[in-house]
Amino acid sequence: MNFATAIRSSRGLPQFTALALVFAANWMVFPDFFAIELRGGRLFGSLIDVLNRGAPVAILSIGMTLVIATRGIDLSVGAVMAIAGATAATLTNAGYSLAVVLAGALAAGLACGLWNGVLVAVVRIQPIVATLILMVAGRGIAQLITEGVIVTFNTPDLIAIGSGSLLGLPSPVVIMAGLLAISLILVRATALGLLIEAVGLNERSSAYAGIDVRTLTITVYVWSGLCAAIAGVIVAADIRGADANNAGLWLELDAILAVVVGGTSLLGGRFSLSLSVIGALIIQAMNTGILLSGFKPEFNLIVKAVVVFLVLLPQSPAVLQRLARAGRRRAP
Amino acid sequence: MIGLLVLSSSPTLQPDKAEPLLQMRGISKAFAGVLALNNVDFTLYPGEVHALLGENGAGKSTLIKVLTGVYSGDDGEIILEGIKIAPRDTGEAVRLGIGTVYQEVNLLPNLSLAENLYLGRQPQRFGFVDHRRMQANARRLLADYELKLDVAEPMASFSVAIQQLVAIARAVDLSAKVLILDEPTASLDAHEVEVLFRTLRRLKARGIGIVFVTHFLDQVYAIADRITVLRNGRVVGSRATATLPRLELVSMMLGRELQEAAHERHRGHKEGEPLVAFQGYGKKRVIEPFDLAVRPGEVVGVAGLLGSGRTETARLIFGIDTADSGSASVAGRQVRLASPRHAIALGFGYCPEERKNEGIVGELSVRENIILALQARRGWTRRLTTREQKEIADRFIKLLDIRTPDAERPIDHLSGGNQQKALLARWLATEPKFLILDEPTRGIDVGAHAEIIRLVERLCESGMALLVISSEIEEIAAYSDRVVVLRDRAHVGVLEGDDVNVGTIIRTIAKERA
Repeated sequence: MNFATAIRSSRGLPQFTALALVFAANWMVFPDFFAIELRGGRLFGSLIDVLNRGAPVAILSIGMTLVIATRGIDLSVGAVMAIAGATAATLTNAGYSLAVVLAGALAAGLACGLWNGVLVAVVRIQPIVATLILMVAGRGIAQLITEGVIVTFNTPDLIAIGSGSLLGLPSPVVIMAGLLAISLILVRATALGLLIEAVGLNERSSAYAGIDVRTLTITVYVWSGLCAAIAGVIVAADIRGADANNAGLWLELDAILAVVVGGTSLLGGRFSLSLSVIGALIIQAMNTGILLSGFKPEFNLIVKAVVVFLVLLPQSPAVLQRLARAGRRRAP
Repeated sequence: MIGLLVLSSSPTLQPDKAEPLLQMRGISKAFAGVLALNNVDFTLYPGEVHALLGENGAGKSTLIKVLTGVYSGDDGEIILEGIKIAPRDTGEAVRLGIGTVYQEVNLLPNLSLAENLYLGRQPQRFGFVDHRRMQANARRLLADYELKLDVAEPMASFSVAIQQLVAIARAVDLSAKVLILDEPTASLDAHEVEVLFRTLRRLKARGIGIVFVTHFLDQVYAIADRITVLRNGRVVGSRATATLPRLELVSMMLGRELQEAAHERHRGHKEGEPLVAFQGYGKKRVIEPFDLAVRPGEVVGVAGLLGSGRTETARLIFGIDTADSGSASVAGRQVRLASPRHAIALGFGYCPEERKNEGIVGELSVRENIILALQARRGWTRRLTTREQKEIADRFIKLLDIRTPDAERPIDHLSGGNQQKALLARWLATEPKFLILDEPTRGIDVGAHAEIIRLVERLCESGMALLVISSEIEEIAAYSDRVVVLRDRAHVGVLEGDDVNVGTIIRTIAKERA
């Protein structure tokens, strides 16, 4: 077995290698990177920070993975975060209980996902254009909800979702882990995963085999909307306010990046939720590392681009082919 | 007078039969060692409509692509008006006077009709497009085709037939001496075809040589002066239409002498209630309303030339396209077939002709491909466990002798025949009552071919109802209890009993009474 087939047959190798390398780099510039301490029943440390800060994008990437696996894309998740945050902030200030606040925010996400799903699956607009509509309009909707101002709030139970802790971990990390677990069960313990992959690889064959392509497509966009709403509530709770203009800004691109780094092809098909979350953590670990190192944040984007390039390179079929050829030449 | 043309370089108006307009001599072309064209001669005279016929893979499109510079021939020469040419691309072919109009019209739907006609050569004024002059030119040009249209309208607002005529007008105006029409009538109705033919007759009178590729034999006899038939990359014959009876033409195309095959085997006439029945089932512009019934344990063969409506029939029955007339019933109960899901729920299965695009999911494993339809029918919540999936896959791999190292291999690593068997397995796993097989033996090596036929016979013995579409007439004659014959998008006959033989099938396709 040569290098190329090794990469092909071991899923997750490039991702875990990249994560380890980024961690190692962080450790070199900041020797306390792996230090974790327990203070007041809660863990603290840079590693915990990476998980905590990375949680919103990781949550987005879970929904995004499923959408991309059907050969779609969801550009609206950042805007949906803003809508959900605005909904939560407005409801909590109106005096509603946490349950109502969360239900309202999730319902907003669900409605957004349904809209995207119907545009893609029923009206049959190309996903990139269909979700662009809500990406643009969503911030307007969020502003209408907040009536154009940054709505701050001071409800302790809502704030706890962003900055509280559970089982010793920051609550966003627990929510992320829970959502990943639920999503994994939903797609892998049922036939959803296979059906999604089939639709993404060959929609026509799938339809002729009796798969309900339309419902399946709507479902993944709804799931993406729900994930975005959860991420939106976390971000709003963390800053104790809903900023319709800036909440989740450009995070759709980070989420797409996380999915791609996680090895799911933009052409649809085989996907891995766990590796997408790893992808999100790689991105966040780089951000954290650059902050810790004291480099100017300007480096952030360039370093990110380089690492992404290095992760994607061994996944490129053309590169693999060359490696395979080189391997054959060397082997007698 | 028709001769009043805006054409600058219209050909001479002397249909001198002795002087060929175009000669292709000894053209050969191989792809990956397989000869697509083998020493093909083709001669076109000015002012004639020359039909180029042949079944799938006969070499028609390869020949046309060599002529229009898409491919370069490996061997042979092309002579246009006495001068040897070798077009390197379609642009050069057009400049030499060889214009082509494809079935899928290559026009820009959002540009105006006039802009489409003069794209890339718009009349200019002070460096800007002179729209008024362009539109005036367009109107004058179209007047020659008896077309009075608003040339400023976007192309998309016109019917396919008009678009087709505009494409022809554009090709002829680009100084075409040779006009190639690749299935121009495939999406036209009878009236539109007549309009097109009037135009072709007018172009003939101008001395333009027309190469006409079609699957509709009626149209060949209505318009063509001469017919060249290709089969397996060779010219089978080139004859004047008047001297070539239909029956002989069909035999030439199918490559069958009218002798009875020895190995035919007929099961007795099946009695009893049909499992599936269709009355007056059809869809406008796709297939004429037809009646069809298949009983349990019966194989109904569907025969007809390419483009006669065979696949269209299957798609309608399986709910991929929805019928706009007639009714369908399963076991005596009226049913609605609005989607493949409906059909599958009723116990239907369909192995499409387009195996790669409509059948297999290439990157999924053999196992996943086999269980896909069964899983889809169970719904996403009732997942087949990996163990169950493996069991089903292994059972069918053994039963159908699917040659694969293991069930986890991506299906697109398998040969065509084994992919076909895996597709069959996908449906057999759902235990269907009625199975539609569209060209089950296409692109399959001889060994697998025979296995699939044996399989068809075994399935039918087990009580399944089968509808098998095939262009292999001998195959159909060998295993069918009844044969439905299609011609020009209509079901034109049902053969039963002793009539199920190669000769009668070919004669029915060719529209001659036995």
